[in-house]
Amino acid sequence: MKLQPVIGLEIHVELKTKTGMFCGCSADHFGKAPNTNTCPVCLGLPGALPVPNHQAIDWAIMIGLALDCRVNLESSFDRKHYFYPDLPKGYQISQYDDPFCQAGKLSLASGKIIRINRVHLEEDTAKMQHQVIDGQKMTLVDFNRSGVPLVEIVTEPDIASGEEAKEFLKKLRDIIRSLGVSDCDMEKGSMRLEPNISWSESPEKLNNYKVEIKNLNSFRFAQQGIDFELKRQKELLDQGKTPVQETRGYNPQKRATFSQRVKETSADYRYFPDPDIPPIVLTREYVENLRTKLPQLPEALANEMVNKFHLSLSTAQLLSKDQLKLAYFNQYKNQVEPLELANLIVNKKIDLDQPPPAKAASRAVDPNIIDQVLKENADAVAKYRTGKTSVIGFLVGQVMRLTGGKVDPKQVQDKLLKALQVRNLQG
Amino acid sequence: MKVNVLHLAKLVNMPLKPGESEKLQAGFDSTLKAVDELKKLPTAKTKSTFQVTKLQNVWREDIPQPERGFTQKQALSQAKKTYQGYFLVPRVIDDEA
Amino acid sequence: MRLNQLTVIEARAGLKAKKFSVVELATACLVQIKAVDKKLHAFLTLNDRILDQAKKLDQSGDDGRPLWGIPFAIKDNFLTEGLRTTASAKVLDNFVPQYSATVYKKLIEAGALCLGKTNMDAWAHGSSTETSDYGSTLNPWNTKYLPGGSSGGSAAAVAADMCLFGIGSETAGSVRQPAAWCGVTGFKPTYGRVSRYGVVAMASSTDSPGPLTKTVADAALITKIIAGHDVYDATTSPRPVEINPNSLQGENLKGKIIALPKEYLIGEASGLILEAVKVFESAGAQVKPVTLMDPQFTIAVYTIIQRCEVSSNLARYDGIRFGHDRSSFSYEAKNRSLLGAFSLSTGYFDQYYKKAQQVRTMIIDEFDRLFKQFDFYLAPISPGPALPLGASKTSAMFGELQDVLVEPSSIAGLTGLSVPCGIISGLPIGLQITGAQFDEQKILQVGHWYQQQTKWHLEKPKL
Repeated sequence: MKLQPVIGLEIHVELKTKTGMFCGCSADHFGKAPNTNTCPVCLGLPGALPVPNHQAIDWAIMIGLALDCRVNLESSFDRKHYFYPDLPKGYQISQYDDPFCQAGKLSLASGKIIRINRVHLEEDTAKMQHQVIDGQKMTLVDFNRSGVPLVEIVTEPDIASGEEAKEFLKKLRDIIRSLGVSDCDMEKGSMRLEPNISWSESPEKLNNYKVEIKNLNSFRFAQQGIDFELKRQKELLDQGKTPVQETRGYNPQKRATFSQRVKETSADYRYFPDPDIPPIVLTREYVENLRTKLPQLPEALANEMVNKFHLSLSTAQLLSKDQLKLAYFNQYKNQVEPLELANLIVNKKIDLDQPPPAKAASRAVDPNIIDQVLKENADAVAKYRTGKTSVIGFLVGQVMRLTGGKVDPKQVQDKLLKALQVRNLQG
Repeated sequence: MKVNVLHLAKLVNMPLKPGESEKLQAGFDSTLKAVDELKKLPTAKTKSTFQVTKLQNVWREDIPQPERGFTQKQALSQAKKTYQGYFLVPRVIDDEA
Repeated sequence: MRLNQLTVIEARAGLKAKKFSVVELATACLVQIKAVDKKLHAFLTLNDRILDQAKKLDQSGDDGRPLWGIPFAIKDNFLTEGLRTTASAKVLDNFVPQYSATVYKKLIEAGALCLGKTNMDAWAHGSSTETSDYGSTLNPWNTKYLPGGSSGGSAAAVAADMCLFGIGSETAGSVRQPAAWCGVTGFKPTYGRVSRYGVVAMASSTDSPGPLTKTVADAALITKIIAGHDVYDATTSPRPVEINPNSLQGENLKGKIIALPKEYLIGEASGLILEAVKVFESAGAQVKPVTLMDPQFTIAVYTIIQRCEVSSNLARYDGIRFGHDRSSFSYEAKNRSLLGAFSLSTGYFDQYYKKAQQVRTMIIDEFDRLFKQFDFYLAPISPGPALPLGASKTSAMFGELQDVLVEPSSIAGLTGLSVPCGIISGLPIGLQITGAQFDEQKILQVGHWYQQQTKWHLEKPKL
């Protein structure tokens, strides 16, 4: 029986809402003094009750839509029970039976499709820090992060290598960032990853063990950790041994995974629908309205920029993934030649807080002038259409005349040709 | 059906005092017998009711509620052990359940 | 009559007419507490600032607020900021909350004064108050008997005139049953009518805060004040509060069609219930026997759902942020949590928790059909009068068995009253008047009418 690497990813993304998932505490916890951002709800005090954050629900659905998921029109929040000091209520409010989104997909550059099992919403736990105090091993707990909205994205075990995992994660990060719903920063913890790894016959026929890896806090470590683990497991399997089902950590210095905890049986979380939170029932219209709010996703946007502005693919990709750079480009693309503007931005030769330098601006071609010249020279346009393409030189000259020769003739020609194509199509 | 209350006591993390387990086991067994009566009712086609309000879509907009926020002092005020602004517990050896 | 023996409405009018001061009224209650509570043990914690607060009110003068100057007792599962709150459980022995329950805040904003926190079954897990971690409250009518529970402390405090009104909470019967056993009026509003924010949760899908009072008119007044939508509680109803304590008069029962469920006429209390029925019939109402679901099923439904939610709601008590650790839990909390965890666990969820919630649908549907035909139903609250001390130890399901006659109404989230309707062997009996969700005004009007026709609610224990 031939075995292949079978990896499923469980990703948590912290939403950048203003407030918590179930309370009105600030969700901005990074770098704040401990326990300065709590209330009865996120501290899990007796009598406190959760009230869901509408924005978080909308954003979770938008992530699902961007990943081509099916949105469940009826969903609920469920209690997931386990005991741990970072879980103030002794249960986490999450989603089990009826998550917001299911059955989506994301394709890699190779065309391979990674299936998304679910996208659901839950609350984050508190932060724990281990420290030795007076010779005793202690743990410090900070509840500022408790209750921050988390979107959990679970893939089917379709990933086959560390490299594929890295590509998937980067693509996912770019999409989520383009939605503006999370910073998705692995180093800051706003994007977290737990791969489940085994060698199995196929994603449909899983082996009788799997290993979960924790503490992979960068794309590079994720790729390294997964590859190391695959190798480690293969060696055991080749010896006729079955790897132990467990949770392992990753040591970036040693570039190796190490055993953390053996999972004997799967936990009994005793899920049931949270009686404190009435169900969420949405209409098709509501979901479709959220779909209209989706920005153009990075991949489609990059392709469009290549076609429209003749940018190179890599330049377009860099622009499409960075909200600030993209906004700057869109703001000034009519004043500065887009190709030149894009290159200036991407090569970091421009200050994004300032308008573009006059020199660059002056060389841009105003699209209105292109339109004007084409309108005023209808017979030249007609000649071009009959096949006399050399008339383009004349049209370029007209644009140069109107702009005092201050623009780049090559770009003028490009623009004219493009406009003529469009008009051709329009008959 | 024989269900062991010791396993359940671990699940709910409630340490049992000496002598309690026998009494709890007996109580559990008799209660289970009583609630097993429900098997007599046909419910194959019946929907579950998890809450009786008939409410839906109860949520709040993403607006801060500073009136409910605690100062660090208030948050820590009921804890037995704190340390430099943190709640303090003995080092947790095991991961989640 | 001593001031502490007044009703809320009488006392409020007396304060307005300047017949006495707030300090005098509060003092009368404190004197009574001193006289009888050592024996009865209704209170766990007293508010030692009450006289200062009363003085301040007298100084600033009557501002017209509906409960201005009225002293009340509140069950110890309602969080009161700065005032120890234990839910009668050792786990919370030292807990001084950093925030207050919405119900408590509303009462204080209405001008009322808190005398203190009353005893209850620990975590509200019971129908006797005997399972309090601090010892039982005794029934003011006969101190060899239990006051009922879990709001036994509040019921005893009202019955013994230690306060002018009390606040309790119902998961199934915990306001109405101790009211019945202590001969006072108890009212359970519709689930979601009153906010649960700040109430130590027992069964999240049935918990309903409610008043314990000397009269239905008082209950209407208190409910009006504590009811209403709360942005901090997602299960509260956005419906406007249609309770009007000023229009309780005018109910005459003519043409009313009343149901009398045969299954609930069990035990000693039935005789007095049938006499109460005669009072309704003589006023022109029609009372017809009906058949409802066999109580053996409704007890099972309630036991499973409640214990599941209990096992979940107790998970937050780990001693890290407040209180003591989980080794401080007493027997009954463990008893209920074990069955709850079992019914939610993998492999049993469908047969137990899910099944119970399916039968719950059947119970709700049955009541929907009932209230299409009938205005409300009458029944006993409890099969018989109060039970003697020690009775709660006789069964692992004691609490659920005692509340058998009220559990269906709690499972369905209905609204209902308990009003005194007689005495057996020196112990009071309560009449159950129960209606559809949000029928508070109708039920209160009927209860008020009954208290104009009868004098049972005026009977007091000899202390």
